[in-house]
Amino acid sequence: MAAIAPYLWLGMLFAFPFLLVFKLSLSDVALSMPPYAPKFDPGNIGRFVRALDLDTYGRLVSDPIYIKAWLSSLKIAAISTALLVLIGYPIAYGMARCSSGSRQLLVLAVTLPFFTSFLIRVYAWVAILKPAGILNAGLHALGLPPVAVMNTDAAVYIGMVYAYLPFMALPLYAVLEKQDESLIEAAADLGATPFRAFWTVTFPMSLPGVAAGALLCFIPIVGEFVIPDLLGGSSTLMIGKTIWTEFFNNRDWPAAAAAATALLITLVVPLMLYQRQQARVLR
Amino acid sequence: MTTKAARPNIGAIRSSFAPWNDPGTKPLVRFDGVTKRFGDQIAVDNVSLDIYEREFFALLGPSGCGKTTLMRMLAGFETPDAGRIMLGGVDLADTPPHKRPVNMMFQSYALFPHLSVAGNIAFGLKMEGLKKVAITDRVNEMLKLVKLEAYAARMPHQLSGGQRQRVALARAIARKPRVLLLDEPLAALDKKLREETQFELTDLQMELGITFLTVTHDQDEAMVLADRIGVMDQGRIVQIGPPTEVYEAPNSRGVAEFLGDINIFEGIVETFNSPVASLKSADGHFKVVDEDCPAGGATVWLAVRPEKMRISPKAPPKGTANVLAGEIWDIGYLGDWTTYIVEIGPNRLIRVAQANASRIVEHPLSWDDKVWVSFDADAGVVLTR
Repeated sequence: MAAIAPYLWLGMLFAFPFLLVFKLSLSDVALSMPPYAPKFDPGNIGRFVRALDLDTYGRLVSDPIYIKAWLSSLKIAAISTALLVLIGYPIAYGMARCSSGSRQLLVLAVTLPFFTSFLIRVYAWVAILKPAGILNAGLHALGLPPVAVMNTDAAVYIGMVYAYLPFMALPLYAVLEKQDESLIEAAADLGATPFRAFWTVTFPMSLPGVAAGALLCFIPIVGEFVIPDLLGGSSTLMIGKTIWTEFFNNRDWPAAAAAATALLITLVVPLMLYQRQQARVLR
Repeated sequence: MTTKAARPNIGAIRSSFAPWNDPGTKPLVRFDGVTKRFGDQIAVDNVSLDIYEREFFALLGPSGCGKTTLMRMLAGFETPDAGRIMLGGVDLADTPPHKRPVNMMFQSYALFPHLSVAGNIAFGLKMEGLKKVAITDRVNEMLKLVKLEAYAARMPHQLSGGQRQRVALARAIARKPRVLLLDEPLAALDKKLREETQFELTDLQMELGITFLTVTHDQDEAMVLADRIGVMDQGRIVQIGPPTEVYEAPNSRGVAEFLGDINIFEGIVETFNSPVASLKSADGHFKVVDEDCPAGGATVWLAVRPEKMRISPKAPPKGTANVLAGEIWDIGYLGDWTTYIVEIGPNRLIRVAQANASRIVEHPLSWDDKVWVSFDADAGVVLTR
């Protein structure tokens, strides 16, 4: 029974919804309610299956908007992840080097944003970044010219880094905190300056944490919708936003489902690579 | 049989090696009034200690006695609160760990898990900035020295405990340190391997001519390895001397009891005509030969090692000195030795060890047997504290 439970949950909460989306992606747009055909018909499964086809995927490949949105999403996710490593690593490193009492406090501080709604936190950034927002008010008070950050890619990166920082900092902290301090002493003993000890011992040994953090950030960022929608401009193209537009504005449910399925498949590849690498480490 | 390893004739060197007796010899390492506190705990308490070039010195003591802290201060991982640590006449206070000409073999070995065996050994040489060819040569030399040539490409987690210990040793001596620090070097090995490695370490030390400082809580290890032992207790060094000296002539009951088993009889000196003393104790009168016995009237403790006592089912002739009558309370058979616990009075147990020199004994001693325990006048040592 215990062995079945995870599969039961996976089936109910992941596989079944995914199959619904996948079925939708094989359907065609129709003027009806809901807006697609064929509809599942338990009385005539044969006709239902024959009506399914891959036409929608053909549209995905032929219309450059999808490819562009997909590439742009990968680019934004890659740059955001790189920024997150650069910002998250020093935070995690500092936390791991603290005394055990203040460590718990710092872990709490990193997880504290989760106690408020994600949406509200993104709206807070709108209030900060908008033309007459807190940022420009501060710049004005200092006698500096205002900056136009709102509705640019820069605002999207700020939002991404802000929202995903805990997902980068915590896995990094987990590996750095576990690191045996005698290894750093051994490096110093063998003539390594603190700087070289970091680059030759601490950093290479923390790479599994970097990989875990990068995946935890990269994958959801690729599909992120709220941040580019609220902070990005009309030129910010992301696949999550495209799917939303197809679904709600164009009422093209099959296209939205096909884009979502394609996105999932492209994200499974890096996950599998990561799994392979983890298995190698364990072996 | 023990196989005889090829080595230079070190017997002659070892038997005459005693620079600490020569007032003209300058020590290589000098701890001068070193004190270290952790919070309100005093870990090392005003320790002064000289270690000489090519010496194998062991700091021996129970866990928490400050021996590891003392060694870590020499490596530079801890800073003394008071006192100085000198190496070759130079104060190390301002030298960070990575610039000190000492290397340490960590108790956990602290091998870099992301580097191969060769990579681990090469680490210190790379930090020194040696040329690639020189590094490869030195790594190969070290691998050969510790007999791990075939394992150069292995990762640390693919090695056995004994092999890891060798890699840690090779890594620590690759840079030719002036002092090699060993933190409980054999603690993680099983008994058989530990004994083998003990002798290998002493041979290696002679061969390399490096000064070794080891820290251990295992008295056998300290005795086999070291030229001199510094016995530590509660942050202080309580006795320094060659193994035979600290074992046979301990300067206090504490040292006597920490090193091996010992029977202690509290008594009063009746008469002392150097070197013969007569002691009176609750267990009877003792005749002792000890030049350092205090004058009559002083309270002293006579300490006698179990292996220096004899046990017999027959009473010795009348008038024999140092005889204790009792009953066998317990027997511990160890194969090579048998330990008898003899009750010589109400709640007075002493320990007698006998080598099992014959395979077959006609009437072996058994539980509750009436026995006589005796020892020679020079078997015991008189302690005043």
